[in-house]
Amino acid sequence: MGRYAIWIVALLLFVLHHDFWWWGDTSLVFGFLPIGLAYHAGFSLAAGLLWLAAVKFAWPTDLERWASEDHADQVEKRR
Amino acid sequence: MNPLILLAQAPAADLTPLWVIVGYLALLICLGVFSARFFRGTSADFFVASRSIGPFMLLMSIFGTTMTGFALVGSSAETYESGIGVYGLMASWSGLIHSACFFLVGIKLWAFGKKYGYVTQCQYFTARFDSPGLGYMLFPILVVLIIPYLLVGLIASGSAITGLTGPVGPNDGYFPQTFAATDGAIPKYLSHAVIAAVVLVYVFLGGVRSTAWANTFQTIVFMATGVITITLVAKALGGPVEATKAVLEKAPEGLAREGKISHLKFLSYAFIPLSVGMFPHLFQHWLTAKSAKSFRLSVVAHPVFIMIVWVPCVMIGVWATAATMPNGAPMTFANANQVLPKMVNVLVHSPWITGILMAGILAAIMSSLDSQFMCLSTMFTNDVVVRAAGENRFSDRQLLWLGRGFVIFIVGLTYALSLIKLPVNVFDLGVWCFSGFGGLFPLVFAAVYWKRATKAGVITSLLLSASVWGGLLYYDLQIYKKDTSHPHGDMLIGGMMPVAVIFATCVVTLVVVSLASQPPQRATIDKFFPEKR
Repeated sequence: MGRYAIWIVALLLFVLHHDFWWWGDTSLVFGFLPIGLAYHAGFSLAAGLLWLAAVKFAWPTDLERWASEDHADQVEKRR
Repeated sequence: MNPLILLAQAPAADLTPLWVIVGYLALLICLGVFSARFFRGTSADFFVASRSIGPFMLLMSIFGTTMTGFALVGSSAETYESGIGVYGLMASWSGLIHSACFFLVGIKLWAFGKKYGYVTQCQYFTARFDSPGLGYMLFPILVVLIIPYLLVGLIASGSAITGLTGPVGPNDGYFPQTFAATDGAIPKYLSHAVIAAVVLVYVFLGGVRSTAWANTFQTIVFMATGVITITLVAKALGGPVEATKAVLEKAPEGLAREGKISHLKFLSYAFIPLSVGMFPHLFQHWLTAKSAKSFRLSVVAHPVFIMIVWVPCVMIGVWATAATMPNGAPMTFANANQVLPKMVNVLVHSPWITGILMAGILAAIMSSLDSQFMCLSTMFTNDVVVRAAGENRFSDRQLLWLGRGFVIFIVGLTYALSLIKLPVNVFDLGVWCFSGFGGLFPLVFAAVYWKRATKAGVITSLLLSASVWGGLLYYDLQIYKKDTSHPHGDMLIGGMMPVAVIFATCVVTLVVVSLASQPPQRATIDKFFPEKR
């Protein structure tokens, strides 16, 4: 469930990246930051939060366990 | 002319910036020597740091590798020309997509590398599709795509030193007697050699382990450079509010995207950051991770780090559109790449800060350069020599020295190429590297997630995508850029970046040919698609 929620939010962020509503807007945030830039700086932070949630709720724990198990085909075990 | 040459506007007689750079390069060598103390003397340590790199160093080395000098110089230049939309075009897309690649592809490849002992992409693809031929085909394509990228780094960083020490207006360069032929500038054969030698020292000594250490240091340097630069430039302009107010009055169009960036171009830039999924040097950094958990910090912090580096540079690019000289005349730039160095030189006017900015730019460039040298050496050793001679032909010590030998060979070859006048602009070629790697992303994604992907599908897709890339590249450099009837900029196809066409070619061919060919063997699927427990 958590995993699906993460990918839905990721998809949503992908769509929200295209902020056509600010395209011609020259308003400023905090008196100096253009709103289009502020939005995308916020987008970067939101991406960080999304991946934080992914790490917490959709982490592939089984993969790490699998990778650590010995395998007969381990051709370069000396590495 | 290389953009970094513009830093030559520092006072010609003042050697301070050069000494700052010398100090920075000396620190890098010391760090290389120090990190080599942790080197375990095995080929595994040389190629993948014995898969022992922890979260912080993995974050810094991956971030340093993905950010080039463009993050500092190019971002402010592009913003000056195209407005603040550049951040959304390149930085925020990268924040979302790079981390997605690390999470979806990087961790899986790390797991396969750890489980089966792979150290190169060719080894992985060969095993995944049961096809030695695929490895042989992939190798030259990866090398062709990475070499221009490598050349750009060496030429840009070497030229920065040449430019800094060159003549300014009527004044001679730093060393008029020693280098009379270049009006006192350190000639490029020497500046390229210095940069190549510094990188060679630490890569040779400690392999990818020293590269990770050096990248960590370099990432700290260029991130700090961005923050210091914006603080000082903003102060010189009367504070950020006053600086932006001037833009609002004189050139408000740069504060938005209308008329500057088209919607389709903005959208199609999403394909470019996918290149990280296919970069061989990033593949190698992923394999150095101590555990899958080491990726967590990289996945989360990468978008935030991009923001920390890019927002200051984009703001400086915007402010440059309304900045004035001390005499009140509008500040002009012979070319957009002058923006960052000239803003710093004119407004801050401190040789120390010029030196620090130079060191920051070199740090951003060299943190990619070292990883590329390292990955090519690893590929030549493992994908060519070991494959041709057989798995058990060499002892571990011989493998280590083969790797070191190839580091010298690759650095030497790149150095020689950097001095030759090539028939095409290597910077234009460098931009196409990203499109090539981004266009091939479906191959690695399918390898990791699609059981039905077949050897025939991947080989056909690889060859066709590479051909389309080559055709578009030829058209862009030989026809489009030479045609003076249209304003130059990115070549677009139907309003989109060419990478979208390469990507689509790759996907369609891969899917159609895979479905039309024999499914892969059960044993191969079982090997690469373990059941979840």
